[in-house]
Parts: sequence; structure tokens; C-alpha cells
Amino acid sequence: MNGLHRVRDTFFNGHLLAEVFPSLLRTGLLNTLVLALLASAIGLVAGILLASGLMSRRLVVRVPCRTYVDILRGLPHILSIYLIGQGLPLAGLNVFGTWTYGYAALAIGLTEGSYMAEIFRSGFQSVDPGIVEAARSLGMSHGKAMRLVVVPVGFRRVLPALTGQFILVIKSTALVYLLGLVTGQREMFAIAQDASANDASLTPLVAAGVLYLAITVPLTYAVNAWDRRLRDGRRARPATEPVPQQEALV
Amino acid sequence: MSTSGSPAKSAAPPAPEAGHRSPTAVRFEDVRKSYGATPVLRGVGLEVAGGTTTCVIGPSGSGKSTLLRCANLLEVPDSGRVLIGGEAITAPGADVDRIRTRVGMVFQRFHLFPHHTVLDNVTLALRQVLGTPREKAVEIARSRLAEVGLTGVEDRRPHQLSGGQQQRVAIARSLAMDPEVMLFDEATSALDPELVKGVLAVMRDLAGRGMTMLVVTHEMRFAREVAHQVAFLDGGRLLETAPPEQFFDAPRSERLRGFLDQVL
Repeated sequence: MNGLHRVRDTFFNGHLLAEVFPSLLRTGLLNTLVLALLASAIGLVAGILLASGLMSRRLVVRVPCRTYVDILRGLPHILSIYLIGQGLPLAGLNVFGTWTYGYAALAIGLTEGSYMAEIFRSGFQSVDPGIVEAARSLGMSHGKAMRLVVVPVGFRRVLPALTGQFILVIKSTALVYLLGLVTGQREMFAIAQDASANDASLTPLVAAGVLYLAITVPLTYAVNAWDRRLRDGRRARPATEPVPQQEALV
Repeated sequence: MSTSGSPAKSAAPPAPEAGHRSPTAVRFEDVRKSYGATPVLRGVGLEVAGGTTTCVIGPSGSGKSTLLRCANLLEVPDSGRVLIGGEAITAPGADVDRIRTRVGMVFQRFHLFPHHTVLDNVTLALRQVLGTPREKAVEIARSRLAEVGLTGVEDRRPHQLSGGQQQRVAIARSLAMDPEVMLFDEATSALDPELVKGVLAVMRDLAGRGMTMLVVTHEMRFAREVAHQVAFLDGGRLLETAPPEQFFDAPRSERLRGFLDQVL
């Protein structure tokens, strides 16, 4: 029985849970979400720009983008986060002042952007050149065809892969504790880790884990549902419904 | 118009009405094109008079599709000129996007926009290229869809339609721009046999109403019954251009005779 108690105290200590949960929810969850949204936004913009660069016919555009993507995808995240998040302020590039979030979001966003760039590139390149020709034959400029056809069609195609990347962003936010955050800035992992260290119980970490799952798992399902809706249209009807086929023509 | 088959007409198709259309709607002048070292078009000259239909036939690899694609500059000729209603689309500095709005194109594999409903497929270019207000664009789209025999499918996605329906949406999408010329690139080759007729009927109807059409096709009966002029392309050269009766019944070149023996 003693063994079971120990297991419970280590992972599911109700007392400790009640103590840590409010700040996990109020401070941690909020900060995690804000950080993830910021980093995702940066990653999306960086990803789309880099993807365009990767597809460029001009070497001076393509090579730097390729190099950037290869480097950031090849480094451990923890290293990039240190280099960007701590490196920028240390080097005097205080673009965000003392706002650690800014550096953290930038570090995660720029890293994730390199992954998203490859996802977008594959998506844009998978768009049937025929529909691009159709768009051009209707008088759309290259830019309009990109904006109205290639990007929306390619985007839909990579939605599942992109969701996976968003989930990675959410999980990456746990690494920003490395940059040193003041109390009010701590996200879920930092709060849980501090609490765990103080009380020699991993209960706060388990609670944080449940909260992470509460975000990531529904997100996957929500995006899958969205994906299905995009595929089938707003008012999806069975494709087998009979439709007049060979009507006489006026 | 009935879609049921009728025996080949022996009389020539009705002459195009003299109207507002320019006498020559499409004109190729000594068009040459190579892919790398392989010549595809070796100096092709062809004229399509306004309001008439020209069918281009020939073996695969003869350059039919390339020629057609030169008409709206999806392929850029290495040399030679292509004129649409007297305006050279091949001229340096030509406003290609604007000229393309006057030339509709229907592809073998439909190429509908998969992320849009049928209605939005037809209105997209109207709104985004011509700047037509939404209500007006929808009105045009509905009437064009009705013309190709499609009603009640406006809210569907392309993948929910049969190939024949998709191709008719593609035709409606091009017609919505009110083009001077329609190009058809083997528009029925990718269709199941039972769906070919419906699409050909739409094309026949269009031709009958005086649309200028340049049609690359393997449908010999369509060419014989609908075209005012049939052109035979072989090895990148235009070997023979003639009215359909002469083309099919009295081919001049040995090559065309051999080709017709194979396909008829």
C-alpha cells in the first residue's frame, strides 16, 4: 500500500494540484497560447516567404532561402532558441527591448518557419499546373493566379501537415523557460517545473501535460473537420445524387 | 438542339453571319516552336475567320495542342506571329493578360478550380479579372451554366461532378468572359464514352450560334459536321487545309489519305 501511495503522491497529489492549478490556468495557459500564436504567425509568414524563395527561378533568391531552411531544420531547437532568444539581446540587437516573449516567439517562429517553408513549397508545387494554366488563360496575371489559385489550393492540401507543425510550436513554447522568464511571463511548463521542484512531486507536470493535451488533441480534430469541410464544400451533398446529364440544349 | 446522332450532313455548314466580328479572328503566321532540339511546329500558317469553326486533326505528337496553346501564349512560339482579332499576342510588350480575356480555352482535363464551387469557378475570373460586381457575375454565370445544360449544381465542388459535367462547367467558365474565340484542346478525350456526346452537343450548339472556334479533336464526325475548315497537322507542318467535304472525301495528300484510313 505504501508503494501505491508513493506513486499517487508523485504524480497525482490532489493537494498540490489544487495549489498549482489556478496559476497554471491563469498565467501558464494564457502565456503558452499567446506565445504559440505569436510564434505560429511568425512561422507562417516566414514559411510562405521562404517557400516562395525556394521556388524562385533566381539563384540569388533561392540559395539563401535554401541555406536558411537547411540550417534551421538541422539544428536542435534548444540551440536555435538559445542563439536567437538569448543571442539577439546579448549582441545588442534589442529589437524587443526586455520583452522576453518577443525573442522567444521570434526564436520559435523562425525555426518553425523553416519547417513550414518546406511544407508550403511541397503544397504549392503539388498544385496541378493545369489549373494554373486555366487561370492564366482566363486573363489572370501570374500574381493573381498565385493568390487566387495556387496558394489556396496548396494551403488546403498541406493543412494536415501544418497542424502537426502548429502542435510542434505549442510544444516548443515549453523551451522558452531557458531564456529566463519573470513570474508573470511563465508559461505552463515553467510553472509546472518550478512547482515540481519545490515540492518533490511531479503532479504539476502531469497537470501541465493534461493541459497541453487539452489544446493539441482537440486542435487536431478541429483541423481535420475543417479540412473535410473545405474538401466537400459548404453544402455537401452525396455525389451520387442524380443530376440531369444529357439534357437537350437550347 | 437535339444531341441524338444524325447522319453526316452533306451540305456545307451555314456560312457565318456577317457581323461585328473581325474577318479574321485568329491568324497564325509562320509559327515555329521547338522543345530543346525537337522541332514541334515547323512554320505553321492558319487563319480562322470570325464566326467559323476550324478543326485541327492529326496524329499524336504532330503539334496540334502546341499550336492551339500558341494562340493564347500558353506556349511562346520561337518565331512567327499569332494575331487575335488583328492584335498580335506575340508582339513584345503585348498585354497578354488582357488579350487572353478575349480567348476562351477548354482543356482536355477540365482544370476546374478544385477549391471553388461550380458557381465560383465561373464567376472567379469575371470578378477578379474583369471587375464585374458579384451580383452581375452570378447572373452571367447562371445563364452560361444553363446554356451548357447545367442547372442545380451551382453549389457543388468539381469533384462531385461527372467528367462531362466538369467539362461543361469549364466551357461555361470560359464563355462567361464573353470571348471572341474559343479554343478546345481535345475537350472530349478524357471523358467516358457515354459523356462525350453531351459535351460535343454544347460545342456544336456554340458553333451554330456563330462562335469562332479552334478545335483540336479526334472526333472526326464532329469535324465533318461542324467545322467550316479542317486542318491536318503532321510532324509540325500543316499539310492540308480544306472545307470538311473536300478534306474527308477528297484528301489531296497521300499522308492525309493514310491517316484517314487509319481513323475512319
